[in-house]
Amino acid sequence: MKISVVKEILNAEVICGEELLDEEVFSACGCDLMSDVLAFVKNQGLLLTGLNNPQVVRTAFMMDMKAIVFVRGKNPDDEVIQLAKLKDVIILKTDERLYSACGKLYSAGLI
Amino acid sequence: MENANLKLHYNVDKKDFINAGEASSSVKKVLRKLGVNPECIRNLAIAMYEAEINMVIHANGGTIDVDISPECIHVVLSDSGPGIPDIQRAMQEGYSTAGDNVRELGFGAGMGLPNIKKYSDDLKITSEIGVGTTVEIKVNIPS
Repeated sequence: MKISVVKEILNAEVICGEELLDEEVFSACGCDLMSDVLAFVKNQGLLLTGLNNPQVVRTAFMMDMKAIVFVRGKNPDDEVIQLAKLKDVIILKTDERLYSACGKLYSAGLI
Repeated sequence: MENANLKLHYNVDKKDFINAGEASSSVKKVLRKLGVNPECIRNLAIAMYEAEINMVIHANGGTIDVDISPECIHVVLSDSGPGIPDIQRAMQEGYSTAGDNVRELGFGAGMGLPNIKKYSDDLKITSEIGVGTTVEIKVNIPS
């Protein structure tokens, strides 16, 4: 699924990485605990989270993830955005809750 | 990367949670430039990142030395923190001594050392109470 489609499904706003929206992801992970993302995630290109700090971007970078969706209308801090730009990680923001955001993407075929 | 090993050195600042992980990010970038197998890069990056976070959370920072050879990546993280009283217990999933401030940041769930073990080919931890801890991580590069 292209990130541009993720954006449409979640009615999300692009915070950074607009030029990378054609990138494709094949699976996703919804989690607020970065240690669990590092422990259990494999080849997931998209991270949905309500946690808002720079370690979210670093975790995504370490895991080769392409994009982060901040749920529950969370506005990422400036240092989060700057770090994401440096590491070419796309950031989206949606008003959906984590559960509903994951549900909508799953129903659309992103496993 | 022929013959000579590449050696890198980093100082990790104490209690600088915002920048924790920058050394690991930098090593990941170097390994990508060297064209190392992506799976190896990810395994090393995750193990080193967890160890670097541990250093900031528990031990007031320290130093990291990385030695990259054609066969493996060897990372030594040394701190002069409080030491680990019971390494076996610290290796158990879910066991943590981290405070709520660390948990709020998405870490401190007792997955750090188990994750380091999971993603490394060899892990050695030596620790002395009141003196410090040394964590050695090795990830092999398949030929």
